[in-house]
Amino acid sequence: MKDASPAKPYALHLGVIILLFALSFVLPDYHHGLLARIMVLAVFAMGYNMLFGYVGLLSLGHAMFFSAGLYGAGLAVIHLGWSVPAAFAAGILCGALLALVIGVLALRTSGVAFMIVTMMFAQVFYLVILYFASWTGGDQGMVVPQPARVLVLGSTSLDLTSPTVRYTSALALFSIVLLITLAIVRSRYGRVLVAIRENEERTKMLGYDTFSNKLVAVVVSGTICATSGAAYALLFGYVGSSFASVQYSILPLLWVLLGGAATTLGPLIGTLFMYYVVDITSGFTSAYLLIVGIALILLVLFFPKGILGSIRQRWLGWLP
Amino acid sequence: MAFGPHLLLAALEGLVTSAVLALTALGLSLVFGVMRVVNVAHGEFFMLGAVLAWAISTAISGHPALGFLAALVLAPLIVGAIALVAERLVLRRLNYNPEATIVATIGMLYIIQQLALTFYGPGARPVEPPFSYRILLPWFGYSGYKLSIIAASAFLLLATWFVLTRTKIGLIMRATQYDSETAQAFGIPVDRVYAGVFALGAMLAAVAAVLIVPISQAHYLMGQDPLLLSFIVVIIGGLGSLRGTLVAAVLIGLSDGIISVFFSPTLAKIIATLLVAMVLVFRPQGLFGTASR
Repeated sequence: MKDASPAKPYALHLGVIILLFALSFVLPDYHHGLLARIMVLAVFAMGYNMLFGYVGLLSLGHAMFFSAGLYGAGLAVIHLGWSVPAAFAAGILCGALLALVIGVLALRTSGVAFMIVTMMFAQVFYLVILYFASWTGGDQGMVVPQPARVLVLGSTSLDLTSPTVRYTSALALFSIVLLITLAIVRSRYGRVLVAIRENEERTKMLGYDTFSNKLVAVVVSGTICATSGAAYALLFGYVGSSFASVQYSILPLLWVLLGGAATTLGPLIGTLFMYYVVDITSGFTSAYLLIVGIALILLVLFFPKGILGSIRQRWLGWLP
Repeated sequence: MAFGPHLLLAALEGLVTSAVLALTALGLSLVFGVMRVVNVAHGEFFMLGAVLAWAISTAISGHPALGFLAALVLAPLIVGAIALVAERLVLRRLNYNPEATIVATIGMLYIIQQLALTFYGPGARPVEPPFSYRILLPWFGYSGYKLSIIAASAFLLLATWFVLTRTKIGLIMRATQYDSETAQAFGIPVDRVYAGVFALGAMLAAVAAVLIVPISQAHYLMGQDPLLLSFIVVIIGGLGSLRGTLVAAVLIGLSDGIISVFFSPTLAKIIATLLVAMVLVFRPQGLFGTASR
């Protein structure tokens, strides 16, 4: 934060968005589809980063916020026949409410207890999904029917199953969330969060209400993750309990650690990198969990700042 | 079956669960108590114990008891050695930082699980019990082997308790747990104590798995439930408290056994997990523990 001029970071982020937009015209079909998925999941990682990177709260239960959005949107379409915008909003709202409740409870703890509590709440959420299998489809999951996935805007209707629309919507969502997180972390509020991460006692002593600041951060983080989940349900048309399992709480942690915690673009880079590593290695072996495990251990051992974190430390001090 | 005998059966099943759970949770609790490390890979050490028990007992021909006994000795030793290597290579280099070690043990979890899937396969395989004597109660026959699990586990718990409270090794472990810096200053090799405790914790999980595998089955995903239940037990019992762990294991094992007989197991798990999360939120020192220093 040596250079406070806002121009450089914004230029960089706009550049990334324009690059992603340009890529949609040149990428072959397979990578086009993959990148759309990566952008939606990168939003999930950005939500996770909000809490883990900037506030320093390591949650092991963010899969519940993602799947709250996923099921909130998916079930609204499947059972209630809601339109796409209404279902999307329902998913986000579910995630925000859940994050508020979980935040009030889990923030009473800190450190290791916070990790375990969030993991347990996520496990309860996962088991509840399995328990109400008649509505949620249990571990089989459910497919959001194709005719319902059409966004009607006035006289035009956009078919979310078409690759171009899907890519553009994913990019739009990604860009909006990216710019929002950039604005948050550069704001006064963002600096308070970093202060809490660095020294909570001192921040409290300076007169900040750390509990409510953290609570807002949990809600913002959960809402962003739920947005990603809701978008996933509507764009890719599948709602399944595997997205609520522990593994989907660990993956955003891995993506953020890899890309660089507390960097705005880190989540995208981590998700992109990890997705392609898994994609390429799955050509040779089905043992992709092995790669996830080894990556986690190597990252905490040798590379705790991640890709962008290291770049920021060495060369580009102004990276947000 | 009438309600009374049904309840007795549920309680017996619950006691078997408690016995195995107490051993597993004790391992987790020791590692957390002494090292302040939350070992998420603990369930995988349990699974490794079961898988190795299958491998060893199928490799040895002859009477099933022979293979089982070999497994009971060898499987925990192998698992302990693996844990020791993991501790030396990873945890020590992280300086036992609580958050970094959680991430690292999650990594270990995935590695062990995937290797088990690759080399052992996705199937569930049984291990023959060392003896198949049925004790005939007035209402139903009950497996003698299951009762012997309870006895074996009680013996091991007593032995651990004896080592912890009555021997020099136990004294050194407790000193390290109480204040590792002062212990170091008094010439205790804290580093080696940590390595030993981590291996011991994994071995306890492996023993528990070898005991249970003749009545459940060895499967590469079988570590998940014991991990969750052990967490629950350790939290309810108070982190790092031996007596609390034991009481909580019996409590959770019995209620799990009884609730699962009368209600859906998923519902039982939901209620148990939620209750434990609430305990952690509102009484972080556990129901039986005292506030940590």
